[in-house]
Amino acid sequence: MKLLATAAILGAMTASGAFAAELSIAANSTGKNVDFLRARFVEFEAKTGHKVNLVTMPSSSSEQFGQYRLWLAAGNTDVDIYQTDIVWAPQLADQFIDLTEATKDVAANFFPSIIASQTVNERLVSLPMYTDAPAMYYRKDLLEKYGKQPPKTWDELEATAKEIQEKERAAGQADFWGFVFQANAYEGLTCNALEWIKSSGGGQIIEPDGTISINNEKAAAAIDRATGWIGTITPEGVLAYKEEESRGVWQTGNAAFMRNWPYAYALGNGDDSAIKGKFGVLPLPVAAAGDQPSSALGGWNLAVSKYSDEQEAAIELVKFLASSEVQKKRAVELSNLPTLSALYDDPDIAASQPFMASWKPIFQNAVPRPSAVAKVKYNEVSSKFWSAVHNTLSGNGSAADNLELLEVELTGLKGDAW
Amino acid sequence: MTELSLASPSAVAVTRGGIRSDLQAQRVRSAWIFLAPTLFVLAIVAGWPLIRTIYFSFTDASLTDLSGANFVGFKNYLSWITLKSGRIVYSGLLADPAWWGAVWNTLKFTLISVVIETVLGLIVALVLNAEFRGRGLVRAAILIPWAIPTIVSAKMWAWMLNDQFGILNDMLLGLGLISQKIAWTASPDTAMIAVLVVDVWKTTPFMALLILAGLQMVPGDIYEAARIDGIHPVRVFWHLTLPLIRPALMVAIIFRMLDSLRIFDLIYVLTPNNAQTRTMSVLARENLFEFDKFAYGAAASTMLFLIIATITVLYMWFGRVNLEGER
Repeated sequence: MKLLATAAILGAMTASGAFAAELSIAANSTGKNVDFLRARFVEFEAKTGHKVNLVTMPSSSSEQFGQYRLWLAAGNTDVDIYQTDIVWAPQLADQFIDLTEATKDVAANFFPSIIASQTVNERLVSLPMYTDAPAMYYRKDLLEKYGKQPPKTWDELEATAKEIQEKERAAGQADFWGFVFQANAYEGLTCNALEWIKSSGGGQIIEPDGTISINNEKAAAAIDRATGWIGTITPEGVLAYKEEESRGVWQTGNAAFMRNWPYAYALGNGDDSAIKGKFGVLPLPVAAAGDQPSSALGGWNLAVSKYSDEQEAAIELVKFLASSEVQKKRAVELSNLPTLSALYDDPDIAASQPFMASWKPIFQNAVPRPSAVAKVKYNEVSSKFWSAVHNTLSGNGSAADNLELLEVELTGLKGDAW
Repeated sequence: MTELSLASPSAVAVTRGGIRSDLQAQRVRSAWIFLAPTLFVLAIVAGWPLIRTIYFSFTDASLTDLSGANFVGFKNYLSWITLKSGRIVYSGLLADPAWWGAVWNTLKFTLISVVIETVLGLIVALVLNAEFRGRGLVRAAILIPWAIPTIVSAKMWAWMLNDQFGILNDMLLGLGLISQKIAWTASPDTAMIAVLVVDVWKTTPFMALLILAGLQMVPGDIYEAARIDGIHPVRVFWHLTLPLIRPALMVAIIFRMLDSLRIFDLIYVLTPNNAQTRTMSVLARENLFEFDKFAYGAAASTMLFLIIATITVLYMWFGRVNLEGER
């Protein structure tokens, strides 16, 4: 009898173990992502009975990628779900399960271009959670105060930033700067520099057909232009800034312009922000009238590890976090851009994030980083590119020389084919 | 120390023609028995990974597929192809300017940091060796930087060195020493200085502690004799203190040297990816995990091991020659 009871209890335990899985998800800690995810996990746990643990990752995406590589190479079974950058799909595809079957019912609601970016060899390796395209944040109140128009070209931006900086400093704001962006030597600098170059007609480092196009006059001029900002309208410390450091300067009211991703919009309008309600967003400037504004295409996705013991439950969580309901909350609370086209017509989102409706064409025309063409070599390409740009910005050689060297290095890296 | 006490009596026993050989053999046997667990653990946690790393450096292994690695010989270290024009193009780690830049950064960092830390550590140890009220408290307090985990202190310093919000710039501005805020960790001119400052702050207590241990071994009556003879304190330091604490000093220096040659965490937190501060370990990690060049990173790790081993052997060799020359 006793034996039977024990067996029954054991049976019940294993059965409930099969139903209530314990999941771990590795996710970014930028902005309020962590708080947002925790709240969603509570909803998910109540709905399904599964338990979700959050593994927070560093804010630098390059470091995050290194950690993922290490875990996946070791066949780590502790982490079931990975939040992945849009450019990582080709490099990590083999380590993630194919989500095509599991997401058949919802895949058509996503933007086809984003789904395509996460499809490697006909396998959908991750489900897009939100997309990203950076904006030029500007201080509406200061532009009005000094009678300036929102800038459309980089030169206008420089002139406006300079004038506002001088006048604000003269008015006693000693720490005021014209323009902040991200120029630490990391993936973010690749995005920033790609935008300067693409919007100046200088190509996109490596063209989709595999040609290395970076060594050209327009690209060099674009980087030289940015070098001129350092120390004049931009603090020299920008060479060590990632997203959060530049947002720190901006949100304390010490900058007239900032290049950043949409997440900074909701945070800038938070109650603890010094610039609440005082700023607007613009598409990024161009080199000359007629050039196409180019935002680097970002965005984060959710992938299920093939080493996970709880793949069924993991897929369930991925679908929940990428669902229309959660993406809407994400858009309203965090101002992250949805990956579902229907949400751009949603009245609640339009009311809380008025800039978002105008963002649809911007990210649809956004410039992708050359990850699809460089495949597993992308990280090295990106690292060599950001190093060349960082060297130029910090005064180590001219843009023309550094880009020439970069071309030699990339050609060597490419070998016979990418 | 253990090596010495184990080896010298046995040498004596052998020369005496194995008089106490039974006892001797028993001693050696029990020494091996006691050492065995340590050697076993060392072989697992240090020996095996080292051999694996050396093995991978001769293959084309990729992090996504370690088992499918093929042997490629010295290709990761150095290889060359002769072009049709007759020009020879070298590739591999030994022909990589980034690697030699990292080697140079590491050596520069090691030399400067160890020299500064030794001098400061010696001064601190001399002060702590003197009798004064509250000495115990000061000795404990001075160890605090060493007790804080490197990642934590590096992060702390990163905020203090921050160009816009950092307290360091604020203080220097307030004192009128600088006219505008300096981007310590970002600017190529100051990045290495910033790393050195933090490292000196953190590890001087360690040097001071080891040297202090040496100082306390020096018998007090020697100083008394010197005082009676009326010898100037500076001469006492150069001719008495320094030679007597020399063995402790040498050990302290080699510990610090080994540590700084493989410096990673501080630089990784303060100025990652900066060409001016990228050291051998940082470069190896970058290739191992971030780029798709696991084997190349393994080659860098192997070279790092060889360089540290060479420097250590050279240091010990020169150190001993000098010691014997004095006798």
